[in-house]
Amino acid sequence: MRYEMRFSGSGGQGVILASVILAEAAVADGLNAVQSQAYGPEARGGLCRAETVLSREQIWYTKVDRPQFLLALTQASLDKYAQSLAEDAVVMADDTLALPAGVDPARALRLPILATARDKVGKIMTANIVAVGAINRALGLFGEEALREGVRRHIPAGTEELNWKALEAGTALIGDEAAGRFRRPAL
Amino acid sequence: MANKAVLMQGNEACVEGAIAAGMRFYAGYPITPSTEIAEQCALRLPQVGGRFIQMEDELASMAAVLGASATGMKAMTATSGPGFSLKQENIGYGCLAEIPCVIVDVQRSGPSTGLPTSPAQGDYMQARWGTHGDHPVIALSPSSVMETYKLIIRAFNLSEKYRTPVIFLMDEIVGHMREGIVPPDPNDLIINKRHISYRDGANKQCYAVPEGKYVPAMKPFGAGERYNITGLAHDVSGFPTNNNAVAGALYTRLMEKIDRNLDDIVRVEQTMLDDADTAVVCFGGTARAVMSAVLQAREEGMKVGMFRPITVWPFPEKQLRALLPGLKRILVVEHNYGQMVLEVRRAAAEKVPVDFLGRMDGTVISPKDILQKLRETEV
Repeated sequence: MRYEMRFSGSGGQGVILASVILAEAAVADGLNAVQSQAYGPEARGGLCRAETVLSREQIWYTKVDRPQFLLALTQASLDKYAQSLAEDAVVMADDTLALPAGVDPARALRLPILATARDKVGKIMTANIVAVGAINRALGLFGEEALREGVRRHIPAGTEELNWKALEAGTALIGDEAAGRFRRPAL
Repeated sequence: MANKAVLMQGNEACVEGAIAAGMRFYAGYPITPSTEIAEQCALRLPQVGGRFIQMEDELASMAAVLGASATGMKAMTATSGPGFSLKQENIGYGCLAEIPCVIVDVQRSGPSTGLPTSPAQGDYMQARWGTHGDHPVIALSPSSVMETYKLIIRAFNLSEKYRTPVIFLMDEIVGHMREGIVPPDPNDLIINKRHISYRDGANKQCYAVPEGKYVPAMKPFGAGERYNITGLAHDVSGFPTNNNAVAGALYTRLMEKIDRNLDDIVRVEQTMLDDADTAVVCFGGTARAVMSAVLQAREEGMKVGMFRPITVWPFPEKQLRALLPGLKRILVVEHNYGQMVLEVRRAAAEKVPVDFLGRMDGTVISPKDILQKLRETEV
Protein backbone atom coordinates (compact mmCIF):
# COMPACT_ATOMS: atom_id res chain seq x y z
CA MET A 1 0.00 0.00 0.00
CA ARG A 2 1.26 3.42 -1.00
CA TYR A 3 -0.05 6.77 0.13
CA GLU A 4 0.77 9.41 -2.47
CA MET A 5 0.83 13.11 -1.61
CA ARG A 6 1.40 16.13 -3.82
CA PHE A 7 2.20 19.65 -2.66
CA SER A 8 1.89 22.54 -5.10
CA GLY A 9 2.17 26.27 -5.27
CA SER A 10 4.46 28.98 -6.52
CA GLY A 11 8.25 28.76 -6.18
CA GLY A 12 9.30 30.38 -2.90
CA GLN A 13 6.16 29.42 -0.92
CA GLY A 14 7.98 26.51 0.67
CA VAL A 15 5.87 23.65 -0.65
CA ILE A 16 8.98 21.54 -1.29
CA LEU A 17 10.08 22.06 2.31
CA ALA A 18 6.59 21.08 3.51
CA SER A 19 6.92 17.79 1.62
CA VAL A 20 10.43 17.24 3.03
CA ILE A 21 9.27 17.87 6.60
CA LEU A 22 6.43 15.35 6.29
CA ALA A 23 8.80 12.77 4.75
CA GLU A 24 11.24 13.38 7.61
CA ALA A 25 8.43 12.96 10.15
CA ALA A 26 7.42 9.70 8.42
CA VAL A 27 10.96 8.32 8.76
CA ALA A 28 11.08 9.45 12.40
CA ASP A 29 7.78 7.59 12.87
CA GLY A 30 9.23 4.39 11.41
CA LEU A 31 7.57 4.51 7.97
CA ASN A 32 9.25 4.37 4.57
CA ALA A 33 9.11 7.65 2.67
CA VAL A 34 10.40 8.97 -0.64
CA GLN A 35 10.28 12.67 -1.44
CA SER A 36 10.89 14.34 -4.80
CA GLN A 37 10.08 17.56 -6.60
CA ALA A 38 9.69 19.25 -9.95
CA TYR A 39 10.27 22.93 -10.58
CA GLY A 40 11.46 25.32 -13.24
CA PRO A 41 14.79 27.15 -13.41
CA GLU A 42 13.42 30.22 -11.57
CA ALA A 43 14.45 30.76 -7.93
CA ARG A 44 11.09 32.44 -7.18
CA GLY A 45 7.73 32.16 -8.90
CA GLY A 46 6.78 29.56 -11.46
CA LEU A 47 4.71 26.46 -10.87
CA CYS A 48 6.28 24.25 -8.25
CA ARG A 49 5.33 20.79 -7.08
CA ALA A 50 6.70 18.31 -4.62
CA GLU A 51 5.70 14.77 -3.82
CA THR A 52 5.96 12.43 -0.87
CA VAL A 53 5.15 8.72 -1.01
CA LEU A 54 4.53 6.83 2.24
CA SER A 55 4.46 3.08 2.72
CA ARG A 56 5.21 0.30 5.17
CA GLU A 57 6.78 -1.63 2.29
CA GLN A 58 9.77 -0.78 0.12
CA ILE A 59 8.97 2.11 -2.21
CA TRP A 60 10.21 1.47 -5.74
CA TYR A 61 8.66 4.02 -8.10
CA THR A 62 9.40 7.39 -6.55
CA LYS A 63 6.96 9.62 -8.39
CA VAL A 64 3.28 10.33 -7.93
CA ASP A 65 0.91 9.97 -10.87
CA ARG A 66 -2.51 10.17 -9.16
CA PRO A 67 -2.14 11.56 -5.64
CA GLN A 68 -4.50 10.70 -2.81
CA PHE A 69 -3.78 14.08 -1.26
CA LEU A 70 -3.21 17.46 -2.90
CA LEU A 71 -2.14 20.73 -1.27
CA ALA A 72 -2.51 23.82 -3.46
CA LEU A 73 -1.49 27.33 -2.42
CA THR A 74 -2.12 29.06 -5.78
CA GLN A 75 -5.05 28.98 -8.22
CA ALA A 76 -2.76 27.92 -11.08
CA SER A 77 -1.45 24.92 -9.18
CA LEU A 78 -4.94 23.95 -7.95
CA ASP A 79 -6.40 24.13 -11.47
CA LYS A 80 -3.57 22.10 -12.94
CA TYR A 81 -3.17 19.33 -10.37
CA ALA A 82 -6.89 18.90 -9.60
CA GLN A 83 -7.04 17.24 -13.04
CA SER A 84 -5.00 14.21 -12.00
CA LEU A 85 -6.28 13.03 -8.63
CA ALA A 86 -6.90 9.54 -7.34
CA GLU A 87 -10.52 8.60 -6.64
CA ASP A 88 -11.62 9.91 -3.25
CA ALA A 89 -8.52 12.14 -2.99
CA VAL A 90 -8.43 14.85 -0.34
CA VAL A 91 -7.75 18.37 -1.63
CA MET A 92 -6.47 21.07 0.72
CA ALA A 93 -6.44 24.57 -0.74
CA ASP A 94 -6.10 28.08 0.53
CA ASP A 95 -9.58 29.58 1.08
CA THR A 96 -8.84 32.43 -1.33
CA LEU A 97 -8.88 29.89 -4.17
CA ALA A 98 -11.91 28.65 -6.12
CA LEU A 99 -12.38 24.89 -6.38
CA PRO A 100 -12.25 23.84 -10.02
CA ALA A 101 -15.00 21.69 -11.51
CA GLY A 102 -14.41 18.02 -10.83
CA VAL A 103 -13.23 18.46 -7.26
CA ASP A 104 -15.76 17.01 -4.84
CA PRO A 105 -16.48 19.77 -2.26
CA ALA A 106 -17.09 17.08 0.34
CA ARG A 107 -13.47 15.92 -0.11
CA ALA A 108 -12.03 19.45 -0.12
CA LEU A 109 -10.68 21.51 2.75
CA ARG A 110 -10.57 25.23 1.99
CA LEU A 111 -8.54 26.77 4.80
CA PRO A 112 -7.17 30.26 5.56
CA ILE A 113 -3.58 29.04 5.33
CA LEU A 114 -2.01 32.22 3.93
CA ALA A 115 -4.10 34.53 6.16
CA THR A 116 -3.24 32.52 9.28
CA ALA A 117 0.47 32.74 8.49
CA ARG A 118 0.25 36.47 7.78
CA ASP A 119 -2.14 37.61 10.54
CA LYS A 120 -1.98 35.06 13.36
CA VAL A 121 1.63 33.90 13.13
CA GLY A 122 2.82 37.25 11.79
CA LYS A 123 4.95 36.03 8.88
CA ILE A 124 3.56 35.00 5.49
CA MET A 125 6.59 32.79 4.90
CA THR A 126 5.37 30.41 7.61
CA ALA A 127 2.41 29.38 5.41
CA ASN A 128 4.12 26.07 4.59
CA ILE A 129 4.46 25.20 8.28
CA VAL A 130 0.85 26.21 8.91
CA ALA A 131 -0.07 23.83 6.08
CA VAL A 132 2.06 21.04 7.59
CA GLY A 133 0.17 21.39 10.90
CA ALA A 134 -3.20 21.32 9.15
CA ILE A 135 -2.26 18.36 6.91
CA ASN A 136 -0.96 16.30 9.81
CA ARG A 137 -4.13 16.87 11.85
CA ALA A 138 -6.58 16.42 8.99
CA LEU A 139 -5.01 13.22 7.66
CA GLY A 140 -3.95 11.87 11.07
CA LEU A 141 -0.43 11.20 9.80
CA PHE A 142 2.19 11.28 12.56
CA GLY A 143 2.61 11.68 16.28
CA GLU A 144 3.43 15.10 17.72
CA GLU A 145 7.05 14.16 18.50
CA ALA A 146 7.80 12.81 15.01
CA LEU A 147 6.22 15.87 13.41
CA ARG A 148 8.24 18.27 15.54
CA GLU A 149 11.38 16.29 14.75
CA GLY A 150 10.61 16.71 11.06
CA VAL A 151 10.21 20.46 11.45
CA ARG A 152 13.22 20.85 13.76
CA ARG A 153 15.62 19.28 11.27
CA HIS A 154 14.71 21.71 8.52
CA ILE A 155 14.40 25.15 10.09
CA PRO A 156 17.17 27.65 10.83
CA ALA A 157 18.34 27.77 14.45
CA GLY A 158 16.62 30.54 16.35
CA THR A 159 13.31 30.25 14.48
CA GLU A 160 11.89 27.44 16.63
CA GLU A 161 9.32 29.54 18.50
CA LEU A 162 7.97 31.07 15.30
CA ASN A 163 7.68 27.65 13.69
CA TRP A 164 5.97 26.02 16.70
CA LYS A 165 3.49 28.89 16.64
CA ALA A 166 2.84 28.27 12.92
CA LEU A 167 2.52 24.52 13.46
CA GLU A 168 0.00 25.00 16.27
CA ALA A 169 -1.97 27.59 14.29
CA GLY A 170 -2.18 25.15 11.38
CA THR A 171 -3.26 22.28 13.62
CA ALA A 172 -5.98 24.49 15.11
CA LEU A 173 -7.50 25.02 11.64
CA ILE A 174 -8.81 21.45 11.72
CA GLY A 175 -11.74 20.60 13.99
CA ASP A 176 -12.57 17.15 15.34
CA GLU A 177 -15.18 16.50 12.66
CA ALA A 178 -12.75 17.20 9.79
CA ALA A 179 -9.99 15.23 11.51
CA GLY A 180 -12.25 12.19 11.46
CA ARG A 181 -13.63 12.65 7.97
CA PHE A 182 -10.33 13.18 6.12
CA ARG A 183 -8.23 10.59 7.89
CA ARG A 184 -5.92 8.74 5.48
CA PRO A 185 -6.51 5.03 4.85
CA ALA A 186 -4.39 2.61 6.88
CA LEU A 187 -1.13 1.62 5.22
CA MET B 1 24.14 0.20 18.41
CA ALA B 2 22.48 0.37 15.02
CA ASN B 3 22.30 3.82 13.50
CA LYS B 4 18.88 5.44 13.26
CA ALA B 5 17.19 5.96 9.89
CA VAL B 6 17.45 9.51 8.59
CA LEU B 7 15.93 11.20 5.59
CA MET B 8 18.70 12.00 3.14
CA GLN B 9 18.87 13.41 -0.36
CA GLY B 10 20.80 11.49 -3.04
CA ASN B 11 23.22 14.39 -3.56
CA GLU B 12 23.79 14.60 0.19
CA ALA B 13 24.45 10.84 0.41
CA CYS B 14 27.01 11.27 -2.36
CA VAL B 15 28.94 13.73 -0.16
CA GLU B 16 28.59 11.75 3.06
CA GLY B 17 29.71 8.56 1.34
CA ALA B 18 32.65 10.35 -0.29
CA ILE B 19 33.76 11.74 3.06
CA ALA B 20 33.50 8.25 4.56
CA ALA B 21 35.72 7.07 1.68
CA GLY B 22 38.33 9.64 2.66
CA MET B 23 37.57 12.44 0.20
CA ARG B 24 39.11 15.61 1.63
CA PHE B 25 39.28 17.91 -1.40
CA TYR B 26 36.46 19.19 -3.56
CA ALA B 27 36.71 21.72 -6.36
CA GLY B 28 33.71 22.56 -8.45
CA TYR B 29 31.43 25.03 -10.12
CA PRO B 30 27.81 24.58 -8.98
CA ILE B 31 25.20 23.49 -11.52
CA THR B 32 21.66 22.13 -11.22
CA PRO B 33 20.86 19.34 -10.42
CA SER B 34 24.22 18.71 -8.72
CA THR B 35 24.40 21.96 -6.71
CA GLU B 36 23.59 20.36 -3.34
CA ILE B 37 26.82 18.34 -3.66
CA ALA B 38 28.88 21.55 -3.78
CA GLU B 39 26.81 23.09 -0.97
CA GLN B 40 27.21 20.04 1.25
CA CYS B 41 30.95 19.81 0.56
CA ALA B 42 31.34 23.50 1.45
CA LEU B 43 29.63 22.78 4.77
CA ARG B 44 31.11 19.38 5.60
CA LEU B 45 34.72 19.38 4.38
CA PRO B 46 35.96 22.09 6.79
CA GLN B 47 34.41 20.03 9.63
CA VAL B 48 36.60 17.02 8.78
CA GLY B 49 39.83 18.86 7.99
CA GLY B 50 39.26 18.95 4.24
CA ARG B 51 39.17 21.74 1.68
CA PHE B 52 36.36 23.05 -0.50
CA ILE B 53 37.08 25.45 -3.30
CA GLN B 54 34.70 26.99 -5.80
CA MET B 55 36.72 27.54 -8.96
CA GLU B 56 36.06 30.01 -11.76
CA ASP B 57 34.66 27.30 -14.02
CA GLU B 58 34.45 23.55 -14.66
CA LEU B 59 37.76 23.33 -16.53
CA ALA B 60 39.65 24.82 -13.62
CA SER B 61 37.82 22.71 -11.05
CA MET B 62 38.79 19.52 -12.88
CA ALA B 63 42.40 20.74 -13.01
CA ALA B 64 42.33 21.55 -9.28
CA VAL B 65 41.01 18.06 -8.50
CA LEU B 66 43.87 16.47 -10.47
CA GLY B 67 46.42 18.68 -8.72
CA ALA B 68 45.06 17.89 -5.27
CA SER B 69 44.98 14.17 -6.00
CA ALA B 70 48.55 14.22 -7.31
CA THR B 71 49.68 15.54 -3.94
CA GLY B 72 47.98 12.64 -2.16
CA MET B 73 44.45 13.85 -1.40
CA LYS B 74 41.36 11.91 -2.35
CA ALA B 75 39.58 14.45 -4.53
CA MET B 76 36.16 14.85 -6.16
CA THR B 77 34.19 17.21 -8.35
CA ALA B 78 30.52 17.22 -9.28
CA THR B 79 28.64 18.68 -12.20
CA SER B 80 25.87 18.10 -14.71
CA GLY B 81 25.90 17.67 -18.50
CA PRO B 82 27.13 21.13 -19.55
CA GLY B 83 29.92 21.05 -16.97
CA PHE B 84 30.73 17.43 -17.73
CA SER B 85 31.46 18.50 -21.32
CA LEU B 86 33.87 21.17 -20.08
CA LYS B 87 35.72 18.77 -17.80
CA GLN B 88 36.45 16.22 -20.51
CA GLU B 89 39.90 17.40 -21.60
CA ASN B 90 41.26 17.25 -18.08
CA ILE B 91 39.56 13.91 -17.42
CA GLY B 92 41.69 12.57 -20.29
CA TYR B 93 44.75 14.08 -18.63
CA GLY B 94 43.84 12.16 -15.48
CA CYS B 95 43.50 8.93 -17.49
CA LEU B 96 46.90 9.29 -19.15
CA ALA B 97 48.80 10.63 -16.13
CA GLU B 98 47.00 8.03 -13.98
CA ILE B 99 45.68 10.40 -11.35
CA PRO B 100 42.87 8.90 -9.23
CA CYS B 101 39.77 11.05 -8.71
CA VAL B 102 35.98 10.86 -8.84
CA ILE B 103 33.85 12.93 -11.21
CA VAL B 104 30.15 13.04 -10.35
CA ASP B 105 27.75 13.81 -13.20
CA VAL B 106 24.15 14.32 -12.06
CA GLN B 107 22.53 14.08 -15.49
CA ARG B 108 19.84 16.50 -16.60
CA SER B 109 17.74 16.81 -19.73
CA GLY B 110 18.88 17.79 -23.20
CA PRO B 111 21.98 18.95 -25.03
CA SER B 112 23.42 22.41 -24.20
CA THR B 113 21.51 24.07 -21.31
CA GLY B 114 18.42 21.92 -22.04
CA LEU B 115 15.95 21.50 -19.18
CA PRO B 116 18.18 22.20 -16.16
CA THR B 117 15.85 20.83 -13.48
CA SER B 118 14.55 17.75 -15.33
CA PRO B 119 15.83 14.17 -15.31
CA ALA B 120 17.57 12.37 -18.18
CA GLN B 121 20.28 9.80 -18.83
CA GLY B 122 21.75 11.27 -21.98
CA ASP B 123 25.38 11.27 -20.81
CA TYR B 124 25.82 7.49 -20.84
CA MET B 125 27.94 7.46 -23.98
CA GLN B 126 29.70 10.66 -22.97
CA ALA B 127 30.82 8.96 -19.77
CA ARG B 128 32.59 6.41 -22.00
CA TRP B 129 33.80 8.51 -24.89
CA GLY B 130 33.64 12.11 -23.67
CA THR B 131 37.35 12.66 -23.68
CA HIS B 132 39.33 12.03 -26.84
CA GLY B 133 41.62 9.17 -27.71
CA ASP B 134 41.52 5.56 -26.54
CA HIS B 135 41.37 5.64 -22.79
CA PRO B 136 40.22 3.50 -19.88
CA VAL B 137 36.94 4.32 -18.15
CA ILE B 138 35.15 3.07 -15.07
CA ALA B 139 31.65 4.49 -14.56
CA LEU B 140 29.23 3.53 -11.77
CA SER B 141 25.54 4.45 -11.48
CA PRO B 142 23.37 4.28 -8.32
CA SER B 143 19.59 3.83 -8.17
CA SER B 144 18.80 4.77 -4.57
CA VAL B 145 20.00 7.09 -1.84
CA MET B 146 21.46 4.21 0.18
CA GLU B 147 23.24 2.84 -2.86
CA THR B 148 24.62 6.30 -3.65
CA TYR B 149 26.28 6.36 -0.23
CA LYS B 150 27.86 2.93 -0.64
CA LEU B 151 28.69 3.12 -4.33
CA ILE B 152 30.57 6.42 -4.15
CA ILE B 153 32.88 4.66 -1.68
CA ARG B 154 33.42 1.96 -4.27
CA ALA B 155 34.10 4.67 -6.87
CA PHE B 156 36.95 6.01 -4.72
CA ASN B 157 38.24 2.50 -4.02
CA LEU B 158 38.38 1.58 -7.71
CA SER B 159 39.90 4.95 -8.58
CA GLU B 160 42.73 4.42 -6.08
CA LYS B 161 43.24 0.77 -6.94
CA TYR B 162 43.48 1.34 -10.68
CA ARG B 163 44.88 4.90 -10.60
CA THR B 164 42.23 6.23 -12.93
CA PRO B 165 39.41 8.79 -12.87
CA VAL B 166 36.07 7.16 -12.07
CA ILE B 167 32.82 8.64 -13.38
CA PHE B 168 29.93 8.52 -10.90
CA LEU B 169 26.93 8.71 -13.20
CA MET B 170 23.92 9.91 -11.23
CA ASP B 171 20.68 11.36 -12.57
CA GLU B 172 18.23 13.98 -11.35
CA ILE B 173 15.87 11.25 -10.15
CA VAL B 174 18.36 9.88 -7.61
CA GLY B 175 20.26 13.13 -6.97
CA HIS B 176 17.17 15.08 -5.92
CA MET B 177 15.13 12.35 -4.24
CA ARG B 178 15.07 11.99 -0.49
CA GLU B 179 14.52 8.70 1.27
CA GLY B 180 15.20 7.19 4.64
CA ILE B 181 18.59 5.51 4.96
CA VAL B 182 20.57 4.02 7.79
CA PRO B 183 24.15 5.29 7.36
CA PRO B 184 26.57 2.36 7.69
CA ASP B 185 28.90 2.08 10.67
CA PRO B 186 32.30 3.48 9.52
CA ASN B 187 33.94 0.34 10.96
CA ASP B 188 31.98 -1.80 8.50
CA LEU B 189 33.29 0.03 5.44
CA ILE B 190 36.15 -1.13 3.27
CA ILE B 191 38.27 1.84 2.27
CA ASN B 192 41.18 1.44 -0.16
CA LYS B 193 44.25 3.45 0.72
CA ARG B 194 46.43 4.73 -2.09
CA HIS B 195 49.29 2.42 -3.03
CA ILE B 196 52.19 4.72 -2.29
CA SER B 197 55.86 4.11 -2.99
CA TYR B 198 58.76 6.48 -2.44
CA ARG B 199 61.32 3.99 -3.69
CA ASP B 200 61.55 4.23 -7.41
CA GLY B 201 65.33 3.72 -7.45
CA ALA B 202 68.09 5.76 -8.94
CA ASN B 203 66.43 5.85 -12.36
CA LYS B 204 63.38 7.74 -11.09
CA GLN B 205 61.06 5.24 -12.70
CA CYS B 206 57.87 6.64 -11.26
CA TYR B 207 55.62 4.88 -13.82
CA ALA B 208 57.40 1.53 -13.72
CA VAL B 209 55.21 -1.51 -13.03
CA PRO B 210 56.48 -4.91 -11.94
CA GLU B 211 56.14 -7.79 -14.41
CA GLY B 212 52.54 -9.00 -14.57
CA LYS B 213 51.16 -5.89 -12.86
CA TYR B 214 49.32 -3.01 -14.47
CA VAL B 215 49.17 -0.21 -11.94
CA PRO B 216 52.27 1.69 -10.79
CA ALA B 217 52.49 2.73 -7.14
CA MET B 218 52.09 6.48 -6.73
CA LYS B 219 54.08 8.91 -4.69
CA PRO B 220 52.58 12.18 -3.53
CA PHE B 221 53.72 15.05 -5.73
CA GLY B 222 55.70 17.64 -3.80
CA ALA B 223 56.58 15.29 -0.94
CA GLY B 224 60.32 15.49 -1.55
CA GLU B 225 61.14 13.40 -4.59
CA ARG B 226 61.06 15.22 -7.90
CA TYR B 227 59.32 13.56 -10.81
CA ASN B 228 57.39 14.56 -13.88
CA ILE B 229 53.68 14.40 -14.67
CA THR B 230 52.56 15.14 -18.21
CA GLY B 231 49.65 14.70 -20.58
CA LEU B 232 52.11 13.73 -23.32
CA ALA B 233 52.89 10.09 -23.94
CA HIS B 234 55.65 9.31 -21.49
CA ASP B 235 58.16 6.67 -20.54
CA VAL B 236 58.50 5.12 -17.07
CA SER B 237 60.34 8.21 -15.84
CA GLY B 238 57.26 10.30 -16.59
CA PHE B 239 59.06 12.40 -19.21
CA PRO B 240 57.63 12.82 -22.72
CA THR B 241 58.66 10.46 -25.45
CA ASN B 242 58.11 10.13 -29.20
CA ASN B 243 59.07 6.48 -29.15
CA ASN B 244 56.09 4.67 -30.71
CA ALA B 245 56.89 1.37 -29.02
CA VAL B 246 56.98 3.05 -25.60
CA ALA B 247 53.80 5.06 -26.27
CA GLY B 248 52.01 1.96 -27.61
CA ALA B 249 53.00 -0.05 -24.55
CA LEU B 250 51.73 2.73 -22.27
CA TYR B 251 48.34 3.03 -24.01
CA THR B 252 47.97 -0.74 -24.02
CA ARG B 253 48.75 -1.00 -20.32
CA LEU B 254 46.17 1.71 -19.54
CA MET B 255 43.46 -0.23 -21.38
CA GLU B 256 44.52 -3.60 -20.03
CA LYS B 257 44.57 -2.51 -16.40
CA ILE B 258 40.78 -2.25 -16.72
CA ASP B 259 40.09 -4.97 -19.32
CA ARG B 260 42.01 -7.63 -17.42
CA ASN B 261 40.22 -6.90 -14.16
CA LEU B 262 36.59 -6.90 -15.25
CA ASP B 263 35.61 -9.47 -12.63
CA ASP B 264 36.83 -7.09 -9.94
CA ILE B 265 35.32 -3.96 -11.49
CA VAL B 266 31.97 -5.01 -12.96
CA ARG B 267 28.91 -5.27 -10.73
CA VAL B 268 25.31 -5.99 -11.80
CA GLU B 269 22.03 -6.29 -9.95
CA GLN B 270 20.04 -9.25 -11.29
CA THR B 271 16.55 -9.52 -9.82
CA MET B 272 13.96 -12.23 -10.54
CA LEU B 273 15.92 -13.46 -13.55
CA ASP B 274 16.27 -17.14 -12.56
CA ASP B 275 13.10 -18.28 -14.35
CA ALA B 276 12.63 -15.18 -16.52
CA ASP B 277 12.09 -15.23 -20.27
CA THR B 278 12.18 -11.43 -20.35
CA ALA B 279 14.91 -9.18 -18.99
CA VAL B 280 14.32 -5.48 -18.51
CA VAL B 281 17.68 -3.69 -18.68
CA CYS B 282 18.10 -0.27 -17.11
CA PHE B 283 20.49 1.78 -14.99
CA GLY B 284 20.34 4.53 -12.35
CA GLY B 285 17.04 6.09 -11.28
CA THR B 286 15.10 4.35 -14.07
CA ALA B 287 15.36 1.15 -12.04
CA ARG B 288 12.74 2.46 -9.61
CA ALA B 289 9.96 2.42 -12.21
CA VAL B 290 11.33 -0.81 -13.71
CA MET B 291 11.18 -2.68 -10.38
CA SER B 292 7.56 -1.53 -9.85
CA ALA B 293 6.71 -2.71 -13.36
CA VAL B 294 8.51 -6.04 -12.93
CA LEU B 295 6.55 -6.78 -9.75
CA GLN B 296 3.25 -5.92 -11.44
CA ALA B 297 4.15 -7.94 -14.55
CA ARG B 298 4.87 -10.94 -12.32
CA GLU B 299 1.37 -10.56 -10.83
CA GLU B 300 0.02 -10.73 -14.38
CA GLY B 301 1.93 -13.96 -14.91
CA MET B 302 4.73 -12.62 -17.11
CA LYS B 303 8.16 -14.07 -16.37
CA VAL B 304 10.06 -10.81 -16.14
CA GLY B 305 13.22 -9.84 -14.27
CA MET B 306 15.54 -6.86 -14.06
CA PHE B 307 19.16 -6.67 -15.22
CA ARG B 308 20.73 -3.48 -13.88
CA PRO B 309 24.37 -2.65 -14.57
CA ILE B 310 25.76 -0.93 -11.46
CA THR B 311 29.11 -0.68 -13.22
CA VAL B 312 27.78 0.92 -16.41
CA TRP B 313 31.28 1.13 -17.98
CA PRO B 314 32.79 -1.27 -18.80
CA PHE B 315 29.39 -2.67 -19.84
CA PRO B 316 28.65 -6.03 -18.12
CA GLU B 317 28.80 -7.96 -21.37
CA LYS B 318 29.79 -11.32 -19.87
CA GLN B 319 26.92 -11.23 -17.35
CA LEU B 320 24.32 -10.35 -19.99
CA ARG B 321 25.60 -13.02 -22.43
CA ALA B 322 25.27 -15.65 -19.69
CA LEU B 323 21.52 -14.91 -19.54
CA LEU B 324 20.82 -15.09 -23.27
CA PRO B 325 20.06 -18.85 -23.56
CA GLY B 326 17.03 -18.51 -21.24
CA LEU B 327 15.64 -15.29 -22.70
CA LYS B 328 12.98 -14.71 -25.35
CA ARG B 329 13.25 -10.94 -25.33
CA ILE B 330 15.05 -8.00 -23.76
CA LEU B 331 13.55 -4.58 -23.11
CA VAL B 332 15.94 -1.69 -22.48
CA VAL B 333 14.46 1.30 -20.62
CA GLU B 334 16.44 4.54 -20.52
CA HIS B 335 15.74 8.25 -20.18
CA ASN B 336 17.39 9.03 -23.52
CA TYR B 337 17.04 8.35 -27.26
CA GLY B 338 18.79 4.99 -26.97
CA GLN B 339 22.35 4.70 -25.65
CA MET B 340 22.87 1.66 -23.39
CA VAL B 341 20.58 -0.21 -25.78
CA LEU B 342 23.44 -0.10 -28.30
CA GLU B 343 25.67 -2.01 -25.88
CA VAL B 344 22.85 -4.45 -25.10
CA ARG B 345 22.25 -5.13 -28.82
CA ARG B 346 25.97 -5.67 -29.33
CA ALA B 347 26.11 -8.15 -26.44
CA ALA B 348 22.87 -9.88 -27.49
CA ALA B 349 24.36 -10.36 -30.98
CA GLU B 350 20.89 -10.91 -32.52
CA LYS B 351 20.39 -14.07 -30.48
CA VAL B 352 17.57 -12.41 -28.54
CA PRO B 353 15.37 -9.54 -29.85
CA VAL B 354 16.03 -6.25 -28.06
CA ASP B 355 13.23 -3.68 -27.67
CA PHE B 356 13.66 -0.14 -26.47
CA LEU B 357 11.58 2.25 -24.37
CA GLY B 358 13.07 5.71 -24.06
CA ARG B 359 12.08 9.21 -23.11
CA MET B 360 13.86 12.53 -23.32
CA ASP B 361 11.18 15.19 -22.72
CA GLY B 362 12.20 15.76 -19.10
CA THR B 363 9.38 13.65 -17.62
CA VAL B 364 9.83 10.30 -15.92
CA ILE B 365 8.99 6.91 -17.43
CA SER B 366 6.29 5.35 -15.24
CA PRO B 367 5.70 1.68 -14.34
CA LYS B 368 2.52 1.91 -16.45
CA ASP B 369 4.54 2.85 -19.56
CA ILE B 370 6.86 -0.12 -19.02
CA LEU B 371 4.00 -2.56 -18.37
CA GLN B 372 2.25 -1.45 -21.52
CA LYS B 373 5.43 -2.02 -23.55
CA LEU B 374 5.86 -5.46 -21.94
CA ARG B 375 2.29 -6.43 -22.83
CA GLU B 376 2.67 -5.17 -26.42
CA THR B 377 5.83 -7.12 -27.04
CA GLU B 378 4.89 -10.32 -25.18
CA VAL B 379 5.90 -13.40 -27.18
